[in-house]
Amino acid sequence: MARAVTTNRKVINTAFAWGIGLLIFFPILWTILTSFKTEATAIADPPVFLFFDWTLENYQVVQERSNYARFLWNSVIIAGGSTVLGIIIAIPAAWSMAFVPSRRTKDILLWMLSTKMLPAVGVLYPIYLIFIELGLLDTRIGLVIVLMLINLPIIVWMLYTYFREIPGEILEASRMDGASLRDEILYVLTPMAVPGIASTLLLNFILAWNEAFWTLNLTAAKAAPLTAFIASYSSPEGLFYAKLSAASTMAIAPILILGWFSQKQLVRGLTFGAVK
Amino acid sequence: MYLKTLLGASSALALIATATSAETITIATVNNGDMIRMQGLSDEFTKAYPDIELEWVTLEENVLRSRVTQDVAAKGGQFDVMTIGTYEVPIWGKNGWLVSLNDLPAEWDADDLLPAIRGGLTVDGELYAAPFYGESSMVMYRKDLMQAAGLEMPEAPTWDFIKEAAAAMTDEASEVYGICLRGKAGWGENMAFLTAMSNSFGAKWFDEDWTPQFDSEPWKETLTFYMDLMTNYGPPGASTNGFNENLSLFQQGKCGMWIDATVAASFVTNPNDSTVADQVGFALAPDNGMGKRGNWLWAWSLAIPAGSDAVDAAKTFVAWATSKEYTELVASTEGWANVPPGTRTSLYENPEYAKVPFAEMTLESINAADPTNPSVDPVPYTGVQFVAIPEFAGIASQVGQEFSAALAGQQSVDEALEKAQMITAEEMEAAGY
Repeated sequence: MARAVTTNRKVINTAFAWGIGLLIFFPILWTILTSFKTEATAIADPPVFLFFDWTLENYQVVQERSNYARFLWNSVIIAGGSTVLGIIIAIPAAWSMAFVPSRRTKDILLWMLSTKMLPAVGVLYPIYLIFIELGLLDTRIGLVIVLMLINLPIIVWMLYTYFREIPGEILEASRMDGASLRDEILYVLTPMAVPGIASTLLLNFILAWNEAFWTLNLTAAKAAPLTAFIASYSSPEGLFYAKLSAASTMAIAPILILGWFSQKQLVRGLTFGAVK
Repeated sequence: MYLKTLLGASSALALIATATSAETITIATVNNGDMIRMQGLSDEFTKAYPDIELEWVTLEENVLRSRVTQDVAAKGGQFDVMTIGTYEVPIWGKNGWLVSLNDLPAEWDADDLLPAIRGGLTVDGELYAAPFYGESSMVMYRKDLMQAAGLEMPEAPTWDFIKEAAAAMTDEASEVYGICLRGKAGWGENMAFLTAMSNSFGAKWFDEDWTPQFDSEPWKETLTFYMDLMTNYGPPGASTNGFNENLSLFQQGKCGMWIDATVAASFVTNPNDSTVADQVGFALAPDNGMGKRGNWLWAWSLAIPAGSDAVDAAKTFVAWATSKEYTELVASTEGWANVPPGTRTSLYENPEYAKVPFAEMTLESINAADPTNPSVDPVPYTGVQFVAIPEFAGIASQVGQEFSAALAGQQSVDEALEKAQMITAEEMEAAGY
């Protein structure tokens, strides 16, 4: 049974949690508010919080200047494609590491993670040259592959952790009942690990959506996703903060909505196995 | 059914035919006001040249620079037209990365380009980029505050006058600071300003043997003067202020003077954005009586990378966007104050343009800069606020961090200069100078 908590303590805890939550959310809220201001109000000092003349002008300008739908579509394809491809590769990999570990499994896991420690810019030029050779520059398929490779260590690690929570005996039982390896992974393991797989999917979709190094460096006009859309509104000479905010709001809106609706799944997946 | 298929097939073929007859050029550019205006007016271009389709890639300045550098160096062929500045053009031109524009049509009139700008974009007689807009730097000041201080801004002030005026205009109680200058680290931020300023103090980056000169007396004078100005009369937190931050401060009436890019003039005099629009005066960048002013020279220009597979179409576009006709097109739709400044002599001979309040000062500032002879003593490099060698951006970014740290109070002027000297000497040695 849970510990008894006094009402006072509950109120304090709730207020504290809301305080922290608002603090973290504030920059996003400020961006959204700024997107409804005029450029002059956006830089006003002292800053205006809520009481200003709300305007949709910035959204109109952004809409007229950029083809938002194209950037959005590219983001969906790139983030979705790289995540799904990553999961397809990572499930068998995580299965073997979790259920038939070898002497070197731990080392391999660590080595995989170590690739995340290398600054991306270190391999920019080789990858750029390979992309030129293969004709992959400014293509969605090229980005799907690169982002999949970048996120693969995280996907494998997450799935490995979830799979380890599943008793190996269940899989053994299915094998004794005559299930093939494919059946075992598809019909026994995967359904049991659904919360874990779902949260891995979500987290990696968000990571791929927000990835701004490779998506900016390997695209030009055709495959550019929403990160390039935001970057196009940053100006070295001129104050266009309201328009930049409008572009940012439009870019984060889909992922914010997705995150909102799937937060239960996300939290459940991330704490999967923590409570027995 | 048969007829339907036939119709479908023929219309599909027709579509393919139109699609292949039009050539697409990809233009990489930055999100500056003049560039965005060009993008908006490009419908006029596609109307005149229906065979050429335009694709735009707008990027943040630093991202654009690294994107186009890697693409042009690796011959990635992603862009057909790229927006670059006077720093890149001589280096890239020399490397054979750009297509020569010497053969643009006669009516484009290369002889009409301002000599200082044209010179900065030419390597061994080949013009490698067409200037879209040119800029220098100048003093922008508040006439009302100057008057209240009992001073009058000369057309060509000295640094001593700037200091005197900054002291007189500063009123910390009402958050008005005598002077706003760049402090944010970066070769295009604080180092652009400080390198240009140092020229007027007789300082230079290298002597004629390419030995770094940060241990020289003129550099110490420059940095000491700058620190003195900024710590006594500058806004708080100036070490993080770049162009945009100072623009914001000036527009809100918090700066008495601001020395920065001439392109800012159209922003600070725009009543929609600026609270001090009707009180702004202009003067040449200050000097120190040594024959050089502390102003820079820059031209955002359109160039065609050697890897482009649509050179002719790209040339047609570049010629259109940097032509006299384009200037007139902007004037007719957006007014003379909004035409891209600082590239053509004919613009400054136009009586309509002469009515724009900052036109004359912009021209004088541009003409006062000499990229081939930037400092008081002779130097082995070209470039006013930069040194046109490939190593410069990297070195100046590091030096900029040292100077910014000094402004933030983390180290003394002497320490900053000592480190600057060490960094530059090491990098230059590694580069084989």
